[in-house]
Amino acid sequence: MSDWPRIAPAGVDGMVVSFAPRLSEPANRAALALRAAIEEARWPEVRETAVSLVSTYLRLDPLADPAGLEERLRRVVGARDWTAEPLPGEHRLIRIPTCYEADHAPQLDEAAEIAGLTRAQAVEALATAPLRVLTIGFAPGQPYIGELPVGWDIPRLRQLTPRVNAGALTVAIRQLVLFAVAAQTGWRQVGQTAARLFDPAAAQPFLLRPGDSVAFPPIGADRLADLMRDPGGGISIEPAA
Amino acid sequence: MSLIVLASSPGVTLQDEGRRGWLAQGLSRGGAADPVALAEGAALLGQSPGLAVVELANAPARFRATGPLRIALTGAAFRATLRERGEERPLSWNTSHALPAGAELSLSPGEGGFAYLTPAGGIETPLVLGARSAHLAAGIGRALEVGEELAPGPDPGGPADMVLDPLPRFGGGAVRVVESLQTSAFPTEQVERFRRTTFRRDARGNRMGVRLNPGDGTGFEAPGGLSILSEIVQPGDIQITGDGTPYVLLCECQTTGGYPRIATVLPCDLSRVAQAPPGAALTFRFVSRDEGRAAMADHARALASLRGRLRPRLRDPAAMADLLSYNLIGGVVSARHQEDAS
Repeated sequence: MSDWPRIAPAGVDGMVVSFAPRLSEPANRAALALRAAIEEARWPEVRETAVSLVSTYLRLDPLADPAGLEERLRRVVGARDWTAEPLPGEHRLIRIPTCYEADHAPQLDEAAEIAGLTRAQAVEALATAPLRVLTIGFAPGQPYIGELPVGWDIPRLRQLTPRVNAGALTVAIRQLVLFAVAAQTGWRQVGQTAARLFDPAAAQPFLLRPGDSVAFPPIGADRLADLMRDPGGGISIEPAA
Repeated sequence: MSLIVLASSPGVTLQDEGRRGWLAQGLSRGGAADPVALAEGAALLGQSPGLAVVELANAPARFRATGPLRIALTGAAFRATLRERGEERPLSWNTSHALPAGAELSLSPGEGGFAYLTPAGGIETPLVLGARSAHLAAGIGRALEVGEELAPGPDPGGPADMVLDPLPRFGGGAVRVVESLQTSAFPTEQVERFRRTTFRRDARGNRMGVRLNPGDGTGFEAPGGLSILSEIVQPGDIQITGDGTPYVLLCECQTTGGYPRIATVLPCDLSRVAQAPPGAALTFRFVSRDEGRAAMADHARALASLRGRLRPRLRDPAAMADLLSYNLIGGVVSARHQEDAS
């Protein structure tokens, strides 16, 4: 019997089902698939669900007796191999034009060197790697994207970069984070996009959803300047293959 | 009828119960940092706790009512002054008041904490993702600006000059916690020390969280804790940052995080952390989840009983110029109101 998945309480009103001790595509897919199944089951005690990198979170009614819910959750989690489940939901491919030039990618050389690539090879790798949104979190609409090839298992910076702008594409530990807002970060900036990930006034306030496939095709600095003035940021959304 | 903002500061925002249901999109619920104060203000005015009010996060502000307006003042006790026809008088806290047209209300912080100005009818602004509260970390809304006019909704009707003894939560004290996802990542000795330590609330703190200073200055550390996988974060989580200092996350916290969390404060005790003034002593007591749920049920009952605990304010007749015109009528209305609420 494997130690995983693990079911544990989180706070007085939450449960977390974790599928692995570290990030992997199957564990992330399992978390997404379980979340979709729980949403569909509409258990009365469940107020809200979310996914992290490799886990599913359930926020419960704090006044309801959780015994029945825990029993149902154990049964559902144990009923199948969730890591073998297909990615749930509608499959979309979002192309986000990205400038990998000069000031827009201040730490690209450094990241490429750690990954053992030339700058051109690194851009090629980032632009063509099959990637998808693993989870959204920290700030509204901000995606954690993965998983890059093993060579990109580069550590976070010890000395934080004081500021990256909204739309910055950053890398660490085989993942990419696209920043929703300007922030201080220990991730290395390897590109800049014109993406607006969260717009509270828009009909669709959030650009990305967990499970979305994403690509970062290269553009020049002039094109980026144009796209910065375009509310859509040059982004295309199409059904994924 | 509106409430005009005459003076404001960065910590003065509109707040309500916040937005629930957006965790999967990275948006924490936000809303009033002290939801108990929201409930108390609503009880004093006989209205829903879901309406939007003004929150003052250790920050002063001044307003003018363009017409008669009932208000309630709750949360951390600020100095409240009413200026009317050139005369100033202090207003009592945890009380509902009837502001006459043209009156100016000044609020200024005392020891710190979150104060709430609830107008009868709440403040009506367009809903953003289902709520009116500003969530500055997410870029939703902004601090109130000088000259802005806040439009209250319809007054549900009822008396003023009612008093409500607040639920105890000011000045720090003992806070109940349950084990978090990562409590077991800390050595037993450290969890034990955490339980025994009297912390002092640091001056650094905001709607996202407050920092705690360990009494003897010794920090906490989970072995390998800085490389744990990012996990869901919820308000009440006590995360141990890189320098070993505990940080209690409040309503406007991030939604995921990689710092290990040594414990999670019960939602019903989080107002006590939010309202602890700088320097106040805080201790943490681990309870079982069953005890935690029982505490949550007790808290829900306490909130539901607030309206039944209102009482008319005892006034000093010598200080009252308007005994006949005001207080007697207020008293009659309030007696009926209490009957309705019981």
